[in-house]
Amino acid sequence: MSAILAPNQAPDEFAMRDAYCQTLLKLAEKDPRIVALDADLMKSMGMIPFLKTYPERTFDVGIQEANMIGVAAGLSAIGKIPFAHSFAPFASRRCFDQVFLSCGYARLNVRVIGSDPGITAAYNGGTHMPFEDMGLMRLVPDITILEPVDATMLKDLVKQTAVQYGVFYIRLLRKNAIRIYAEGSSFEIGKGVQLKEGMDVTIFATGIMVSESLRAAEILGGQGISARVVNLFTLKPIDRELITQCARETGAIVTAENHNIINGLGSAVAEVLVENTPVPMERIGVKDSFGEVGPVDYLAKRFEMTADDIVKAVKKVMTRKKR
Amino acid sequence: MISKEKIRELEQFAVHIRIETIKEMGHLGFGHLGGALSIVETLAVLYGEIMRIDPRNPHWEDRDWLVCSKGHAGPAIYATLALKGYFPMEELLTLNRPGTHLPSHCDRNKTIGIDMTTGSLGQGSSLAIGVAMGNRMDGRKNTTYLILGDGELQEGQVWEAALLAAQQKLDNLIALVDNNQQQLDGYTKDINDLADISQKFESFGWFTQSIDGADIQLIHAAIEKAKNIEGKPSVIVLNTIKGKGCSFVEGKVDNHHVTISREQMEQALAELNQQLVKAVEK
Repeated sequence: MSAILAPNQAPDEFAMRDAYCQTLLKLAEKDPRIVALDADLMKSMGMIPFLKTYPERTFDVGIQEANMIGVAAGLSAIGKIPFAHSFAPFASRRCFDQVFLSCGYARLNVRVIGSDPGITAAYNGGTHMPFEDMGLMRLVPDITILEPVDATMLKDLVKQTAVQYGVFYIRLLRKNAIRIYAEGSSFEIGKGVQLKEGMDVTIFATGIMVSESLRAAEILGGQGISARVVNLFTLKPIDRELITQCARETGAIVTAENHNIINGLGSAVAEVLVENTPVPMERIGVKDSFGEVGPVDYLAKRFEMTADDIVKAVKKVMTRKKR
Repeated sequence: MISKEKIRELEQFAVHIRIETIKEMGHLGFGHLGGALSIVETLAVLYGEIMRIDPRNPHWEDRDWLVCSKGHAGPAIYATLALKGYFPMEELLTLNRPGTHLPSHCDRNKTIGIDMTTGSLGQGSSLAIGVAMGNRMDGRKNTTYLILGDGELQEGQVWEAALLAAQQKLDNLIALVDNNQQQLDGYTKDINDLADISQKFESFGWFTQSIDGADIQLIHAAIEKAKNIEGKPSVIVLNTIKGKGCSFVEGKVDNHHVTISREQMEQALAELNQQLVKAVEK
């Protein structure tokens, strides 16, 4: 694994969905077993180039997510490698039993893609705003849960899942992400990436909260607090070793996620900490609320998910730290 | 056309499946007896004559697939598979015992010869479609059989799947509805009436047939006919009796999951053995 921080954290030139489609096209060219399924969101997901290139390997089933997941599982029983997409609430909550049994319990080989995570559902509002998708998926035994933070990571992770067997949930921002990683970076599923060294506190972040955490670390640096930033892009299996190491070395933890703090990253990190190296911890994320409509910057403030909120959480956790 | 001898052979196969199914659950003392027994004749026709299978090579790529979406009929399929030689007959008495390969509901990872994991009703329909689509993509000429319960048709997922199977023109998929008209809480018509099942599937774009689901000859003919249909999926509504062939549950209310005493089992087995004797005398 060699993941290098991009020189500056500006918006990516490519939308995540385009990176996704291009990656699948490349994979499909080499491997005829790759198939794509969608539930009437192929256009939203930018998958028309895939449909045009591989019509016989594209299945837009219409608005029926539960059936799509079952069909994907059935295709995988014949050796196909399915990637099935819908908006994250419908790719998780709506078809949880199908993911759990038809994919997970049946030990089949399916990649479920949930797009527009958390507050990035923005103008679609509360009905489309998943703060619970990863939390639900965590309860599927042996599932792998990934949240690629930018296009570079997305391309690498999608490629990796194509050659692995099992059930994957990939949580995906469709639009242009803030670039975190330099082109050519590679990643190991299950291993976090330390993005910034620091000795006073560790901020574990995922998804859109990674760039907020880097900004928070910069603000904190100006105030004499040395914050380490780690991108835990694999929610399951969680990187127990790195969490324990960071807890030992920095003595305080803050988690930052675009998800309910219940059963998301905060919970996963807390579970590791209390079993290994209990240290003071604070969680940034949605505090047991439903979503609502609005622009992302409004929602980030509304749910206390900005860099400033992370700074506050760091200061709070520092006061609880044993000296 | 199927020969008279073959029909007689399949009828006897059905009695043997029934005997073994009752033994599996009888020795345990309880089980989903009603819905396992109503599908026995269909299993006899599928495994005894129609399906392209090889018990010595259960993962044969070109085999026909069976997805039993009403997963609780598992014990009837286990009896069929054991009689076909997929695994030793002795294993049947391990049904639901700790560490068994034969759980209440079908599990592709536990039982040799079980093609798909089912149990949460409705899900087998989507899985069967995926299997049929995948086989067609690979150019195989095999057929995927999907067994559905009539009560199971109350699940919305079945109708999502029914729409897609027609859209995909899946003529390598044959659904068999075990229309025993009963579900756990009572008669389907009293709980949430399925009304005309054939008409419903027909309006979804399926080729439909409705037959006596205990008549070996009719089942065989209907499946053969369905196999020759092009451009659309087929459904055969099997009009059956829940608990068929076992006097203490046949057609009774509350026969979905029953307790079975040693005496009830012995009585049922004696009746079925008598049928076998009569068949030989014919």
